[in-house]
Amino acid sequence: MAVQVTETSETAANATPVALGPAVALSCRECGERFDLGPIFACASCFGPLEVAYDLPSGDPEALKKQIEAGPANIWRYAPLLPVPADVAEKPNLNPGFTKLVKADRLAAELGVTGGLYVKDDSGNPTHSFKDRVVAIAVEAARAFGFTTLSCSSTGNLAGAVGAAARRAGFKSCVFIPHDLEAGKVVMAAVYGGDLVGIEGNYDDVNRFCSELIGDPLGEGWGFVNVNLRPYYGEGSKTLAYEICEQLGWRLPDQIVIPIASGSQLTKIDKGLKELIALGLVEDKPYKIFGAQAEGCSPVSTAFKAGHDVVRPQKPNTIAKSLAIGNPADGPYVLDIARRTGGAVEDVNDEQVVDAIKLLARTEGIFAETAGGVTVGVTKKLIEEGLLDPALTTVVLNTGDGLKTLDAVAPTTGPSATIRPNLDAFRAAGLAG
Amino acid sequence: MSVKVRIPTILRTYTGGEAEVTAEGATLSEVIADLEKNHQGIAARVLDDAGKLRRFVNVYVNDDDVRFEQGLETPTPEGAGVSIIPAVAGGC
Repeated sequence: MAVQVTETSETAANATPVALGPAVALSCRECGERFDLGPIFACASCFGPLEVAYDLPSGDPEALKKQIEAGPANIWRYAPLLPVPADVAEKPNLNPGFTKLVKADRLAAELGVTGGLYVKDDSGNPTHSFKDRVVAIAVEAARAFGFTTLSCSSTGNLAGAVGAAARRAGFKSCVFIPHDLEAGKVVMAAVYGGDLVGIEGNYDDVNRFCSELIGDPLGEGWGFVNVNLRPYYGEGSKTLAYEICEQLGWRLPDQIVIPIASGSQLTKIDKGLKELIALGLVEDKPYKIFGAQAEGCSPVSTAFKAGHDVVRPQKPNTIAKSLAIGNPADGPYVLDIARRTGGAVEDVNDEQVVDAIKLLARTEGIFAETAGGVTVGVTKKLIEEGLLDPALTTVVLNTGDGLKTLDAVAPTTGPSATIRPNLDAFRAAGLAG
Repeated sequence: MSVKVRIPTILRTYTGGEAEVTAEGATLSEVIADLEKNHQGIAARVLDDAGKLRRFVNVYVNDDDVRFEQGLETPTPEGAGVSIIPAVAGGC
């Protein structure tokens, strides 16, 4: 049943509950207060983040595994664990997910990893980043709550994912980005035909603008995927955990390295792993979660290394623009998870990011965007620091396609030679053999 | 000093539904105290038990995040705009 959005999008929350599969309520991560499912994102008592609470399937884990394995080759194979209607696979959506888990033996050899190294390559999603996962869930929530326009604040990838998903699912869209993003991301966000608005400021300015718009009549009837739909949207990242474990043969990895922007993805992967353990789909054993940031926007790694449990915002200055969130909403939870699991949060500078993009490309044939360079670069650094055990099974996330951030590598990447079209010239260039 | 304070939806129960109210004060701390005088209960939603800004609340004076300024002691000049915003938005 759809909720009629008759007031501002936040206040619609107390209307009739909706049917979103196993989702039963929203729960505050800070104080535990529960709310009916609705387009709200912050606790009315303490401003804490709301997240989806479930009544997950109980019973035979083997039967659930078989059900999942018989499902479609996308995230909807996990529909029984997501806040989506049971018939979600029949609705128009981009159907992202089930991307490749690449066994990265050449990269492992370079890094000295002996326990098995894997790259979860989410550049294979419909708009070439992991954002398609979270947007797909937000689309279903937007449909359930009766929104007609999809919106977001974006560092680029999300704008493209929302633009494309809106078109496929029959929504209007209006997305907001910092005005100085990479050209590839701007074009990708604009090509789907919805409205794209550049904001004169950084991502945190864009985010603030959207948070104000949502409480204003100007934003009425809009589903902001990462604001008033954020509790649902974030759940899409759980599918990364599900897929990694299923692709490892229903086994937990020992270590995962995850990029941090707001930190939501990392917290949801942890949530997904815990759910698989609770459901009996994987054996319960320790795992370590590592967070990766760029030095030019490293509020979480700075707090981790200083032993703080709060995150002091920073003004971002890095080529890893998709991670350039100076005031990360889930930063404190990332600190909790890294410490609880025995992981760490580390950062690398822009030069190391570029080197890592090239390392992954030349060893595995995977062209990662800057965020992928951050995770590979941080993985290398963590091994060198002795914080990541090379003898254990390790998964590194690549969350986007290098074609979106060509500017990062273009200055130092190009033809080996430019020659006249004859054999003597080729011989003279010294490239033969 | 008289300033305009933008109120997020989840606090509008304290302002009779108003999205923007006027408050007095030379610093953010004084502005919040004045808000409390006229809209009882609102301060406890913005500040924690120790009297600090709750960690999931962002406050801006004009375009500046007060965490980059002087926190609750950030000056609020005459005519300034103060925005109180839930911090849990954005990103992924």
